Amino acid sequence: MIGRSPPRNEDAALLTGRALFVDDVHLEGMLHVAFLRSDHAHARLIAVDASSARGRPGVVAVYTAVDLGDYWQPGPLLVPPPPIPGLTFHAATQVPLVKDKARHAGEPIAMVVAENRYLAEDALEHIVVDLEPLDAVVDLEAALAPGAPVIHQQLGSNLAAHVVQHKGDYRQARAQADRVIARRFRYDRGAAAAIENRGLVTHWDARAGELTVWDTTQAPIPLRNGLARMLGLLESQVRVIAPFVGGGFGPKIMMFYPEEVLLPWAAMRLRRPLKWIEDRQENFYATSQEREQIHDAELAVTKDGRILGVRDIFLHDTGAYDTYGLTIPINSQCTLLGPYQVANYDSEFKVVFTNKPIVTPVRGAGRQHGVFVMERLLDIAARELKLDPVEIRRRNYLSPDAFPHDHVILFQDSAPLVYDSGNYRPALERATAAVGYDGFQAERARARAEGRRVGVGIVSYVEGTGIGPYEGARVTVEPSGEVRVATGVGTQGQGHFTTLAQVVADVLAVDAARVHVVTGDTREFHWGTGTFASRSAVVAGSACHAAALAVRDKILKLAGLLLEALPAELELAGGAVQVKSDRGRSMSFGELAVRANPLRGAVRPGTEPGLEATAYFGPDRGSTASGVHAIVVEVDPETAMVKILRYVVVHDCGRVINPVVVQGQIQGGVAQGIGNAFYEQLVWDTNGQLKNASFMDYLVPTATDVPKVETHHIETPSPLNPLGVKGVGEAGCIPTAAAFAQAVEDALSEYGLEICDIPLSPNRLFELIRAAEAAGAAGAAARQTGGAAGAAKR
Amino acid sequence: MGSEIPIAVTVNGVRHQRSVEPRLLLSDFLRHDLQLTGTHVGCEHGVCGVCTVLLDGEAVRSCLMFAVQADGGEILTVEGLATGNGDDLHPLQRAFRDAHALQCGFCTPGLLMTLVPFLREHPNPGDPEIREALSGNLCRCTGYQNIVEAVKAAARP
Repeated sequence: MIGRSPPRNEDAALLTGRALFVDDVHLEGMLHVAFLRSDHAHARLIAVDASSARGRPGVVAVYTAVDLGDYWQPGPLLVPPPPIPGLTFHAATQVPLVKDKARHAGEPIAMVVAENRYLAEDALEHIVVDLEPLDAVVDLEAALAPGAPVIHQQLGSNLAAHVVQHKGDYRQARAQADRVIARRFRYDRGAAAAIENRGLVTHWDARAGELTVWDTTQAPIPLRNGLARMLGLLESQVRVIAPFVGGGFGPKIMMFYPEEVLLPWAAMRLRRPLKWIEDRQENFYATSQEREQIHDAELAVTKDGRILGVRDIFLHDTGAYDTYGLTIPINSQCTLLGPYQVANYDSEFKVVFTNKPIVTPVRGAGRQHGVFVMERLLDIAARELKLDPVEIRRRNYLSPDAFPHDHVILFQDSAPLVYDSGNYRPALERATAAVGYDGFQAERARARAEGRRVGVGIVSYVEGTGIGPYEGARVTVEPSGEVRVATGVGTQGQGHFTTLAQVVADVLAVDAARVHVVTGDTREFHWGTGTFASRSAVVAGSACHAAALAVRDKILKLAGLLLEALPAELELAGGAVQVKSDRGRSMSFGELAVRANPLRGAVRPGTEPGLEATAYFGPDRGSTASGVHAIVVEVDPETAMVKILRYVVVHDCGRVINPVVVQGQIQGGVAQGIGNAFYEQLVWDTNGQLKNASFMDYLVPTATDVPKVETHHIETPSPLNPLGVKGVGEAGCIPTAAAFAQAVEDALSEYGLEICDIPLSPNRLFELIRAAEAAGAAGAAARQTGGAAGAAKR
Repeated sequence: MGSEIPIAVTVNGVRHQRSVEPRLLLSDFLRHDLQLTGTHVGCEHGVCGVCTVLLDGEAVRSCLMFAVQADGGEILTVEGLATGNGDDLHPLQRAFRDAHALQCGFCTPGLLMTLVPFLREHPNPGDPEIREALSGNLCRCTGYQNIVEAVKAAARP
């Protein structure tokens, strides 16, 4: 079953409207919640008066920070920083409701519980809030300037962290370089924009003493454990269910959002089920976001384009709180090295608090920044050294015998950044061939003769995937012969019901349709961490594999006894065990499952009942996936619109469990990457107000914006897990902006413009084109008058 | 609480009579009052298209309509597409499954309800036409390509 693409087990429910999403949960007596949120990005809270709202029709309760008493606590720091020498880190985590100060627009101040959502929202308008606005901190550099308003007073400044990592001796490498390319790069903020907003339903069953929470989370098990701790319950008293979740993309891995803390508490107090479903406008303020960084980077190269070293100093925006620690900037720091031999690396970053919504990983989680900086530096180096951009990459790739490759610095999981396996050149050559790179000069010239400007971009990347600590799975053969798999990693569309089923089906030699996967329900499985870092197939997949092998052993042992054969003489086929030399002698899994769980009689000592096993898998470190993206674009310099003519991805995620699912992950990732590169930008004014908090104004790519993506798989197995797999969930969106920038520059090569900012909106590109034209005209005029020739062009 | 207005609608062939507040959205009426939760809500301002249903045969965004505006109308939701107790999938549903045209599946009901009338009016559409037809529905997972393939497959069974 591995390597094939059977129909997905989950699709029938999703296609017919039967699938249960959180907002579909309906409980008798359920009340509805709405939140009053701060209008100001930075403001002192003087007073809240909810008395009028409490008297409104249909309103059951209104809570402010004061009403929470001791339950009001800042959330836990989710990811402590890795043990990097000299590291500075200041934790400041989100609070359930604003008590003293609002630190970003949209931070919740009061919670209304009413008979329905309409009445709850009506009541919001009757809460009187006295906020004293303070100067907002929006710009990253201004945030660190002396005299800047301080967001967390106790820290004395807006510095959240300062981290330096070194490899080799960059200073010496720089001294030996023939050329040093230095540029400033910016990457701006976007929204994950899952089509399903966040939401919760909470129900306290006082008789059973059980709290049930339906949550759109990517991390049901840690959420359960945390809620139990906060509410003073046993972990077994809390059941968290992440049912079908309508897209995750990262923000749903963030935990203890204010709503997640408040609804369970209020349901226990009110003894009524509660529902809160985020609306789209709330999503733009209340759900985490990502991507703002400013890099000052330089690349030291020889004249034949060999990398001697890289230095990168950057700022990372963490928004109002830094609950997710250093995951994102460390990903940026580590991923910058890419598939290249980089002997000397100086990397330093500062994490900055701003009065903007909290920043936690969004698909790619900082990796795209590192890729963007490195790939752009290589492009610029190639141009200045008059080298082919593909050739400069080829010259710097790690060779296939360089693995495992130790990059010396530490990765986000606190393990050393060691690439497990890789073979980069075949992907480059295949992408080059597929996109028609060799004939592209002629294609460009032909297009130019027709008055069209086309350009090509080819970039490389690696992605650290499949990190620990661990996941687990329980595999059970039921008396019907059907196989059940329970695991902790919830699904947000990645296809776990099918791919994990394939892993188990492969071991047990049954059809994947007969393997029923349940995920994201802590009553079914309560050990594990969650769906993030492209890790489900790697970590949960390997746990499923191990549990299935243990069940297989039990099947063979029991069947050996019953069929009077040695296990080695048996084989599994079609949901039954048979004697290889006499296939008529066989027993179905169902019969064996019944015999493994007798109602009477003796069971041998040391024998466990049933055909069931639980197993865990924890890799020492992540596995490193890689790939090449190639793109051909056409740019209209008059309108600055960019049309994507071809898009090729050659991707290596090790052994492929389900090619169609992998292709889907890539295609969707590329679409998100294109949005990131060209359409999607959250625009803040100087007061920290978001100016485009709707799908009218924040542009998620549509079917007319996204090209067909041609995907090729290359398989370099990972030695770190028994399946040989690597993660793929984030890959599609990681190098997209870099490819896009290279291709647009190529299409507009005669303008000599450089793209150092992402997103490159049509407006921004228009400005770059006009500036290049003006500079070009000035340069031409200067040349005519004998001035400095070409001064305007870098 | 405002006064309520009696309405009668036929949804997936079943007639329902209810009294509703004038401000109740059609999407909320379908999801909460009738418990037909297959119709999803993604933006509540008419952009994402996941709440699309058919009203008298035309695709409409149920988040942009009040339930009272559907009074007397005939509505088809995703629950009404498959026959035989939901087991016999509509050709478009089958094509979506076969082409891996859905991942999280949240936007899928709206896409199906947009595409059913589109295919009725465009029995043999080309890629650009299909992409144009899809351009009012946001999907964050698939990158649309497999949806385009599914529509083509459904058009040529």
